[in-house]
Amino acid sequence: MAKILVVTSGKGGVGKTTTSAAIGTGLALRGHKTVIVDFDVGLRNLDLIMGCERRVVYDFVNVINGEATLTQALIKDKRLENLYVLAASQTRDKDALTLEGVGKVMDELRESFEYIVCDSPAGIEKGAHLAMYFADEAIVVTNPEVSSVRDSDRMLGLLASKSRRAEQGEEPIKEHLLLTRYNPERVSKGEMLGVEDVEEILAIRLLGVIPESQAVLKASNQGVPVILDEQSDAGQAYSDAVDRLLGKELPHRFLDVQKKGLLQRLFGGRE
Amino acid sequence: MNIFDFFRERKKQSSAAVAKERLQIIVAHERGQRSKPDYLPDLQKELVEVIRKYVNIDIDQVQVALENQGNCSILELNVTLPDR
Repeated sequence: MAKILVVTSGKGGVGKTTTSAAIGTGLALRGHKTVIVDFDVGLRNLDLIMGCERRVVYDFVNVINGEATLTQALIKDKRLENLYVLAASQTRDKDALTLEGVGKVMDELRESFEYIVCDSPAGIEKGAHLAMYFADEAIVVTNPEVSSVRDSDRMLGLLASKSRRAEQGEEPIKEHLLLTRYNPERVSKGEMLGVEDVEEILAIRLLGVIPESQAVLKASNQGVPVILDEQSDAGQAYSDAVDRLLGKELPHRFLDVQKKGLLQRLFGGRE
Repeated sequence: MNIFDFFRERKKQSSAAVAKERLQIIVAHERGQRSKPDYLPDLQKELVEVIRKYVNIDIDQVQVALENQGNCSILELNVTLPDR
């Protein structure tokens, strides 16, 4: 039975696309046939983060308009056997995505994939609504910062009232909190909201905490999902999150300040 | 920084604690708004129009609130009429 996941947040710049790329790649790494769908029509970027920007021929809107088949539009990942990307269109037409069109594409994807990861655009407009409408589970990406937490709460309200599951009175969308750009040092100094604070306010299950990391920018520079950087803290944190998504119980890592050793203290080292 | 500043600093709430407090208040408020039915703003607008036929009032002089008490809902209407 295929599962549709939406990666959403309300606020922009919190790490939705980074997360979609990491989680989708993580699911494929564990042997699940996965497609990541970019819903950010007009401002597509998932292709860049996945490193397939030069291989986009047809996009999501082409498929909806019948200008290409799904098979033509799906971009196969070069690193992983069972990972695909469906790029967003760069059209400026806001109404390019329709509920009916998206529904048809989702139904077709359901037939051949185990996981469909929908990368939502920022905001609460049409694109964001369509990205979450068909979802079975939602990953709400939040930064430990007031505007992001407030927008996430708003998004949780929409997930509970404006999705297909809500409208048809089915079991509600399963919600997961993913806290990104977390800086334990600032939390310990009282300069940043801690995990418990955000959990208490939003009151949903914590899927993972991704530390603020240099690896994320490095990965996006190279067009490699950060989860493939297995040495990095962010990569490992995403990997844990994928395992939890698949039902494993794992303790949360990277929540405490890394103690510096004597040598590191003496010579500074890179921050 | 002298020793007095040190003690003064201690008393001050951390900025993260301020953030948490502000968030708890605004999120609770907005959740309350969310549970209201969608038709309340329209109802308020139309009521103002009807009242305006007889008395000149502003839109903010009519307050509409829906309260749930057990299995009965109370629609509370509060109209402030201008001074004569």
